[in-house]
Amino acid sequence: MKVEQISIFIENKSGRLAEVTGILGKSGVNIRALSLADTSDFGILRLIVDAPAKALEILRSHSFTVNKTEVVGVEVNDRPGGLAEILSILDKNSVNVEYMYAFVERSGGNAVIIFRFDNVDEAIHVLVRNGIKVLEGEKISGI
Amino acid sequence: MLKHKQTEAMPAIWDFAAETLDRDALRTLQLQRLQQTLQATAQKVPCYQAKYAACGFEPGDVQSLDQLADLPFTTKEDLRQNYPYGMFAVPMRDVVRIHSSSGTTGKPTVVGYTRDDLHIWTQLVARFMTAAGVTADDIVHIAFGYGLFTGAFGLHYGTEAIGASVIPMSGGNTDKQLMIMQDYRSSALVCTPSYALTIADRMEQNGLNLKDFSLRVGLFGAEPWSEQMRREIESRLGIIATDNYGLSEVMGPGVAGECQCRRGMHIAEDHFLAEIIDPDTGKVLPEGEVGELVITSLSKQAFPVVRYRTRDITRLNYQKCDCGRTLARMEKTRGRSDDMLIIKGVNVFPTQIEEVLFQIEGCQPHYQLVIDRINNMDRLEIQVEVNEHIFFDEMKEQRRFVNEAEHKLASVLGISANIKLIEPSGIIRHEGKASRVLDRRKL
Repeated sequence: MKVEQISIFIENKSGRLAEVTGILGKSGVNIRALSLADTSDFGILRLIVDAPAKALEILRSHSFTVNKTEVVGVEVNDRPGGLAEILSILDKNSVNVEYMYAFVERSGGNAVIIFRFDNVDEAIHVLVRNGIKVLEGEKISGI
Repeated sequence: MLKHKQTEAMPAIWDFAAETLDRDALRTLQLQRLQQTLQATAQKVPCYQAKYAACGFEPGDVQSLDQLADLPFTTKEDLRQNYPYGMFAVPMRDVVRIHSSSGTTGKPTVVGYTRDDLHIWTQLVARFMTAAGVTADDIVHIAFGYGLFTGAFGLHYGTEAIGASVIPMSGGNTDKQLMIMQDYRSSALVCTPSYALTIADRMEQNGLNLKDFSLRVGLFGAEPWSEQMRREIESRLGIIATDNYGLSEVMGPGVAGECQCRRGMHIAEDHFLAEIIDPDTGKVLPEGEVGELVITSLSKQAFPVVRYRTRDITRLNYQKCDCGRTLARMEKTRGRSDDMLIIKGVNVFPTQIEEVLFQIEGCQPHYQLVIDRINNMDRLEIQVEVNEHIFFDEMKEQRRFVNEAEHKLASVLGISANIKLIEPSGIIRHEGKASRVLDRRKL
């Protein structure tokens, strides 16, 4: 039920994002989803890729600082209020969302949102109990 | 009016006999006092006893000043190992004052003064203040911080000895400093040279007119500064800017100070024996060469030092000065022979930063100190290479790390520092060794 996300530290200067994506592209790693949090000095790039272990190894060999984190992929009805419903369920159950971002592609007719929770297991439990579709890790990578 | 009268008059000499002593007579006096200091250290201070025993030295053997070169050095490490009172040569009941070095790694160094030591210190400060042009008519504004640091108290008592009026202002609050300086008609300013420029900046920002101030002379110390900075201070504050030198391990301010010729700082050689050594080999260098200043105290009772390595790089000039003084002059210090930095007047060692970073996440990232002087204020930035132990996927956590590190550094160093996270290998390494310091200040 969990998805492996890799995060990469990049300095906030021109060309760094191109560098990371270029290295992955050359190695045949496909980026499935991406989010960037930045300050004036640095950014944290988070990626969902089709081959996380390979991506980690390649980026480390290029002297990037990388970490991996478990996140959760959730199917959201692609209609007004679809995301709000899920957030409301999480809120009612006191599940804290650290950050989230949208997946580029769809799963069937639905959108996919990546969530980073404090407590992943508890969050998955709440989502499943409320009938929300949580995607399998392999499935996400394969979308 | 006062201004003109004083600069035209013959500059006064505080202790005429001592400051113009014939050099042969001076050497005789120095030898006699050196013998006393060596005897006292050999009898009272275990650290010196051990040093002397290790090289088979008998204090009674010294018959010439040249023999000093055979003695081992004393270093800051010796002082640390004997923290707090191990280097004192008198019982605590004879110590009437304690001072301490400004921020250093681990434990500070502690120094003590007997009543006689304080008297001599006061006299030596009065000496260089007089040489700089301060008289009983002056109102001396002391903007050094009062506390364990020797600067403020040293200048304070020297001012009183001269009979000038002291304003014990202490540091900080520049607007208030300006108000008092203007209203109380401060004529002499005592602070770090960089703070003098901060004062000049604030005057301009607040639209104050130099004509409403009574400043005419500045006595600046506690950090290295350049001739260019002197010219800037002199033109912007309309004063004569003089340099003075001292370090708490040796006494504090008063070890050396400039006369109005401003061509080197006269060393109080009747109380301190100065040598210049090659910092790498420890060999004494010939007269006039640039090297590390080593000082032996000649009259101190509570805290004598024998061949103390100051780590300051300078050069000595033994020619008689136009002011009439025969005491040797040391050039403005040119740098350090160790990795100590002086930032905003505070001593900073790169190892302190290592310790703080280690405490936070228990790892040792590569880092580099980048020091700039922006608008005449020193600014310290610490660039830290992010490794996996200090990298988080959440911005909140990443910010927490930076904030915590900045907070701890400020409390350990005593000055604020900005942390900038950078990618690995962002710091250029020379032969595999990262250069820890990038000092971009143009001094």
